[in-house]
Amino acid sequence: MDIRLSRSAQGLIITVDDARIDAAVAIEFKEAVRSATEESGTPVILDLSKVTFLDSSGLGAIVAVMKLLAPDRRLELAGLTPSVAKVFRLTRMDTVFTIHPQPPGTLQEAG
Amino acid sequence: MPNRVISFFQATGAARASPDTGGFGAERLAAKPLFSRHLNAGVYETRAALRDLVQALGSAGLDAEMIDNTELILAEVLNNIAEHAYVDGEGPVAVQVMCQRDGLVCEVSDRGRALTSGVLPDPALPKIAPPDHLPEGGFGWHIIRSLACDLSYRRDGGANRLVFRIPCA
Repeated sequence: MDIRLSRSAQGLIITVDDARIDAAVAIEFKEAVRSATEESGTPVILDLSKVTFLDSSGLGAIVAVMKLLAPDRRLELAGLTPSVAKVFRLTRMDTVFTIHPQPPGTLQEAG
Repeated sequence: MPNRVISFFQATGAARASPDTGGFGAERLAAKPLFSRHLNAGVYETRAALRDLVQALGSAGLDAEMIDNTELILAEVLNNIAEHAYVDGEGPVAVQVMCQRDGLVCEVSDRGRALTSGVLPDPALPKIAPPDHLPEGGFGWHIIRSLACDLSYRRDGGANRLVFRIPCA
């Protein structure tokens, strides 16, 4: 599970460089994000623009991450591809997250 | 169980009917499947099967949304089998996808435990709740039922058999 960190005015951007967040990587995804967000106090924006497949395991992992960050930090989503957006819509979880059409522009690579 | 009447999809030319035992004791007249796979339940074999499925459906000229729906439904079904049907998360699964005029018919069989209630789950969508109470699971069957129709399940000679239809968008 490859993720990349960067910063924007809106918060810490976590870009998922994997095409799939599914049962095979759900746990790895949660752990990767958990490690990445240990120090940040700002909102976290998950850039999913490279993710073309998300199943209920992946959705569950994203929800788990949101719960992990709450209540101090918000988890927002960005760049949902059509099939990923569909999963959020079908499960009504699109009402739970702030969803940006595109990830915000980055200021710098986060160290 | 009466034989299903299957209309032939003529995309690639003459379709042929042939007896198909499928390795699970099924015997029926069937059109040549668009996709057929025997796999071991598990996340990596599921990924490989889904990758090949997507390729097969793309080659058959199905539209992107249909392919996405089929991939998602089968991902959920296969994950369920690995997580619930097989105690150790492993075991044989057979998948077949066939074309009909109005969509795809899919059949998934496994040799794991029977559904405890004997009927397919139809759970309510997990409720949206404040952040610390958000559900992390229970979405799978809702996704399946949102996208597939005519779902049927039966237990047959030590095998679970799930059949459903994916309508054209």
